[in-house]
Amino acid sequence: MRALRLSPPEPPDLLPDIFARWFAGRGWEPRAHQLELLAKAKQGRSVLLIAPTGGGKTLAGFLPTLVELSTRQAQPKALVSAGRDVRRSQGLHTLYISPLKALAVDIARNLETPVRDMGLPIRLETRTGDTPASKRMRQRRDPPDIMLTTPEQLALLLATADAPFLFGTLKRVVLDELHSLTTSKRGDLLSLGLARLFALVPGLTTVGLSATVAEPNELCRFLVPQPLEGENAADLVIAQAGAQPQVTMLETEARLPWAGHSARHALTEIYDLIKRHTTTLVFVNTRSQAEFMFQELWRVNDDNLAIALHHGSLDVAQRRKVEDAMTAGKLRAVVCTSSLDLGVDWGDVDLVINIGAPKGSSRLMQRVGRSNHRLDEPSKAVLVPANRFEVLECSAAIDAVADNAQDTPPLRTGALDVLCQHVLGRACGEPFLSDDLFAEVRAAAPYATLTRADFDAAVDFVATGGYALKAYERFAKIRQGKDSKWRVTHPRVAQRYRMNIGTIVEADMLKVRLVRSRRNTSMIPRGGRLLGQVEEYFVEMLSVGDTFVFAGEILKYEALVEDEVYVSRSTATDPKVPAYEGGKFPLSTYLAARVRGILADPRAWRALPDQVREWLEIQQWRSLLPPAGDLLVETFPRAAKYYLVCYPFEGRLAHQTLGMLLTRRLERLRMKPLGFVANEYALAVWGVGDLGLRIARGELSLGALFDEDMLGDDLEEWLAESALMKRTFRSCAIIAGLIERRFPGEEKSRRQLTMSTDLVYDVLRKHQPDHILLRAARADAATGLLDIKRLGEMLSRVRRRIVHKALDHVTPLAVPVMLEIGRETVYGEASDVLLAEAADELIKEAMR
Amino acid sequence: MKRFVLNQSACLSSPSRLAGEGWGGGHAATSAHVFSPPSRPAAPVDLPRKGGGEGSNRGDIVVAAIALAADPSGALYWPEHGLLVVADLHLEKGSSYAARGQFLPPYDTAATLARLAGLIAHYAPRCVVALGDSFHDGGGPARLSAADRDSLHGLQRGRDWIWITGNHDPEPAAGIGGEFHDTLTLGALTFRHLPTGAAGDVCGHLHPVARISQRGRAVRRRCFAADGTRMVMPAFGAFTGGLNVRSAAFADLFGTLAFTAHMLGQDRLYAFHAGRCLVD
Repeated sequence: MRALRLSPPEPPDLLPDIFARWFAGRGWEPRAHQLELLAKAKQGRSVLLIAPTGGGKTLAGFLPTLVELSTRQAQPKALVSAGRDVRRSQGLHTLYISPLKALAVDIARNLETPVRDMGLPIRLETRTGDTPASKRMRQRRDPPDIMLTTPEQLALLLATADAPFLFGTLKRVVLDELHSLTTSKRGDLLSLGLARLFALVPGLTTVGLSATVAEPNELCRFLVPQPLEGENAADLVIAQAGAQPQVTMLETEARLPWAGHSARHALTEIYDLIKRHTTTLVFVNTRSQAEFMFQELWRVNDDNLAIALHHGSLDVAQRRKVEDAMTAGKLRAVVCTSSLDLGVDWGDVDLVINIGAPKGSSRLMQRVGRSNHRLDEPSKAVLVPANRFEVLECSAAIDAVADNAQDTPPLRTGALDVLCQHVLGRACGEPFLSDDLFAEVRAAAPYATLTRADFDAAVDFVATGGYALKAYERFAKIRQGKDSKWRVTHPRVAQRYRMNIGTIVEADMLKVRLVRSRRNTSMIPRGGRLLGQVEEYFVEMLSVGDTFVFAGEILKYEALVEDEVYVSRSTATDPKVPAYEGGKFPLSTYLAARVRGILADPRAWRALPDQVREWLEIQQWRSLLPPAGDLLVETFPRAAKYYLVCYPFEGRLAHQTLGMLLTRRLERLRMKPLGFVANEYALAVWGVGDLGLRIARGELSLGALFDEDMLGDDLEEWLAESALMKRTFRSCAIIAGLIERRFPGEEKSRRQLTMSTDLVYDVLRKHQPDHILLRAARADAATGLLDIKRLGEMLSRVRRRIVHKALDHVTPLAVPVMLEIGRETVYGEASDVLLAEAADELIKEAMR
Repeated sequence: MKRFVLNQSACLSSPSRLAGEGWGGGHAATSAHVFSPPSRPAAPVDLPRKGGGEGSNRGDIVVAAIALAADPSGALYWPEHGLLVVADLHLEKGSSYAARGQFLPPYDTAATLARLAGLIAHYAPRCVVALGDSFHDGGGPARLSAADRDSLHGLQRGRDWIWITGNHDPEPAAGIGGEFHDTLTLGALTFRHLPTGAAGDVCGHLHPVARISQRGRAVRRRCFAADGTRMVMPAFGAFTGGLNVRSAAFADLFGTLAFTAHMLGQDRLYAFHAGRCLVD
């Protein structure tokens, strides 16, 4: 890899006159990295461009293509013979792939300006799920020069017999927001699509556009085919960074809350900030926080500022309205979630407010970058911690931004379920030989270490389900012909593949509709205004008449009819069901380490607000604050129960898993645990027995309790019944194509589908525990909802480094997590216990 | 309509029936069948007392004044007659889906039969009644693997086996042993697949499940739905989903919400009034 910090002088011949004049006409000068990308293109190199927002990144990515297409000989498109087949003399030149449909459309619009201004002979078109079928047909026959699309559309195009013809003329693939694409299974799918393109078009080059990441070399590998041995990487170009952002923590006069995520204490200060700026983006971490903050801001909005709400659960039309108003400069503030982390650039944002924990330094920097797109002026951001622990996290994040320390996750290992989907897609296109496809797939960086056994298992899965019991040969979806090539057995198989493509498996969502006025009847009329969607599990908790906040209003739950939730507006001022959670990211490992560092170092406390410093000082006096690498475990009695609180700082998901496993162990040791609650920083377990005493007597060893071996049998046992694991398996089953989301002509109800994947999980686990889908689900569980990998790393980190403090009452550090009890769901997968409890309640009622 | 009537008074008067393998009728489907169970079973069968809480949580469910032992696996045992009843086995559902391109694991038949074998070992029933939809489709019996067919025959050995016809398997099938009947009447009870609402009905077809929410978490389980006069049994098959007891089908059948959902727990049943159960 040749990393390059840019040097100013550039060869003048890179930019044709017409382009130079166009730049000059707009009062611009080509930026160094834009010219560098032209130079790389001339050398036929693939390249990763890391540039801040507002750095002309997209134009840089397209400039080589625009220049090449502007200078090509004008000649009619024609089919020419290429030996045994025909090739187009001109056709698709550049493919642009974006994670967002809207972004592809927006970029196309932006590109049309230079093309029109310079009168370039270039046709550019988008192709998304919204593109009419007729146009999509035409695009395959008569492709544009530049096509802007998404990873899913690429997969669909590749799964056709004419893919070699369509892509035969391709010169370049531009991958936008690559840092966000590569962190999910969509990235796996994209990498496999790229690998196919590399095989179809030798000499194809790529341009990756990315925000700053921790390991740019991993993205460089993603952009080029990997050799059998060693590594290949694209060249790296890092654009000049903009001015250092100004990130500060909100100083508040108010008392800092011990727990919670509302930031209500800082409301007037936030409102004042909005008033003093032109346009403010107010980022929050969950949809419930967004709803809450929006409500509260309007409560104090005496100046009637145009403040809007934007999150992923709102109806698309409503979101578009907000985005359009934003583009038109009509809004003073938008309260939003990660739904606005990516996407369309807005010029006039001059302040970003981040409420709550920043979770990761890269995430924070990307959010901060949403303000002020003029490179020479610093972007400005204010962090508003919602509780005392978040003060520590914000403080750590501000230091990390100052150090420009990145904590983006490492490149994924390609998922097996995505591979299964791709294998079927390949068979829907040209027939393939196993050896060829294996070599092709291994060229994709995430699959570079794929074993032949796993590859064969994927092919076997696609063919007949991958079962040890070879029962389904006669129903095979793909079969080897006499030429040993795999092909689909029926056109219907390809049709169904196309209907079920993609790696995004939505949570079961229910539509929320406002009840239309009823006319003298208790019946709820169907229809009514669509407010958005909520997760099914949220609705599960509600009883008719409960009130909750959604879409900026307090709503009353009226009824559930099929997959629609009917609600009415409520006059209540305090919603009964407080939280509608949605979208939670765990604290990054990097920030967690920084927070532990702050805790361990009293000198670092000087920079903290007085209240927080006092809190830590009292903690040190009452209990202790452990060295950065140690795990503090406190035990104390409270209200006839005994508590064990530990502080791993590994995020809620890993803590939940730890809680599940610890309570299992305690149960086996007859310590009678009753429940546990986890937050981002700590875990509290309680029971009827005095855990502190048992530890003091040597009957319970913390070292043994927290031993890594809990990830063995205990984990296995829990996975058998874990609802989280079943949800994970369901995603894998859908992506791999075991369960189809859509059939021709009918859509299977999602709820029916959930049921059957749970049953499949149970049966498969018993009869073929090493089945490829179970292995895929396990790999997901390691980093996903169960975060087992992180838990494992923590357990190994604290081995022989557990500090126990037996106390007679609750400590300052424990207060935040203790306050979550009763507010958060108490976890426990033993649903029989819940049934027994519910049944007992009835009995008590009956006996009264 | 073929009917199979077990005449209690008749059977009490003919104590000789234990001698043979079957209950006398051979394998031909007969329109009315009289048989003679003994007044006492040869070996006393333990009536499982799962859980053992207060009345409603005991394993017994009363239908038409007859106490039936409801097993947490979803089967029903009538000790007086040595009768084990299971509903909606949906054997070969996996292969049925596979034929349509969704390769569900081919282990469902084995899994279902293994659970049934456990029950048979436990209760040692003299007669097993499969309450219809025993196979997921008409081609199911022919798709049985040799191993599964063997274990089915093994289960049938030494006892009577009655396949009640269902909507998925309306026709008698070859090669799966047993007798085929549309209904089976024994005393006050009539065992049939489709619920009719008649007093004494014990039926399947609807796959009842109930949902309870406790401490903010919902638990959804298969259940028996019964109101003292009639009962719908849970589906027993490994791949059978469920219909919420709050669905219209149950209101139609029971008239109101005046019925009880006996939810299947790990080792006991949990009874809830239908009104306490949640919709899906």
